[in-house]
Amino acid sequence: MDARATDNDIITRVLHGEHQLYADLVTRYQNFVFTLALRYTPVREDAEEIAQDVFVKAYKALKDFRGESKFSTWLYSIVNSTSITFLRKKKLDISSLDNEHVFEQAESKDSGMSANQVEVKSKVEMVTKAIQLLSPDDAKLITLFYKAEQSLEEIARILNMETNTVKVKLHRARTRLKEKMEKYFKQEVRDLSY
Amino acid sequence: MNIPQNIEEKLWNYIDGSLEKDENNLVEQLLQNNQEWKAKYAELMDVHQLMQDSIDLEHPSLRFTQNVMEEISRLYITPATRNYINKNVIWGIGIFFLTTIIGLIIYTFGQINWSAPSGSSNIPEFTMTNVNWGQMFNSTYVNVFIMVNILLGLMLLDMYLTKKKNERMAGRHG
Repeated sequence: MDARATDNDIITRVLHGEHQLYADLVTRYQNFVFTLALRYTPVREDAEEIAQDVFVKAYKALKDFRGESKFSTWLYSIVNSTSITFLRKKKLDISSLDNEHVFEQAESKDSGMSANQVEVKSKVEMVTKAIQLLSPDDAKLITLFYKAEQSLEEIARILNMETNTVKVKLHRARTRLKEKMEKYFKQEVRDLSY
Repeated sequence: MNIPQNIEEKLWNYIDGSLEKDENNLVEQLLQNNQEWKAKYAELMDVHQLMQDSIDLEHPSLRFTQNVMEEISRLYITPATRNYINKNVIWGIGIFFLTTIIGLIIYTFGQINWSAPSGSSNIPEFTMTNVNWGQMFNSTYVNVFIMVNILLGLMLLDMYLTKKKNERMAGRHG
């Protein structure tokens, strides 16, 4: 498959019978989908099961994709619904995904850590570890905005929220991430300033 | 330095480019004239840049794509049957039956004695009311034959309409 082929080109060809081309879409988005799934569940096996389910569901519903939004936005909305269904099936606390008290839970994650206790080798590692200390909601928003290249409007569509709510939540998530980095990676943050 | 929360929010909106034009101009003015705003902006931009450059993606197992494609291949049994049923065989059977029917018709017409005398007196008077329709359609075999034909006709119509619908859907996404 041509590396420059757009998502819509691939989808059209898959719908015309070239089913194997769907593998290109899977390869293109598997890391994004898997990373997002990991924001809902910390267990890698569960996240992989969710990610696989997402691609199968997307394939089955491909004929319903009308191209009104980006394929990635459509796909990530399937990640959201599939993850929530998965957590419900596993009887995990999905209310924690929406409530502010998740922040308290996230706080407990680092309660055993003293400031500057975490050693990191790179900026990437520092940000990754700081994101792990955030609540699932915050981590999800930051990943969608910065890594999955979704606009505020697109994130609102993915998460079934108002755009203004997304905007406010994203501000809070960024502030919390900054606080985590300042608290646990003081030296690295200082080094970045110079 | 104690910057209120809403100033930080305004600066994030400015960084994201989601401010109205008037507000955007105001923030730009403040950034030029106010050291506190300027310092906060630099701090937020550092975080923004860090997140843009340094968020890493997690990787699923190496077999992930294969697993998905194997799962998907189970959904497609119909295309697999297309591979082993040769269309030429189907056409061959169709042509055989068509030829047989045409041959029978020709043979039947060949058996008619066209030179036999004809006249209005030889032809019995035909009235629709005299026809015993009940006797004609009384046979179970005839009824079964009609039902099977109706069923086949409906199946053909369904296949034709489904094909048309799929073509239209595919065209819409293209």
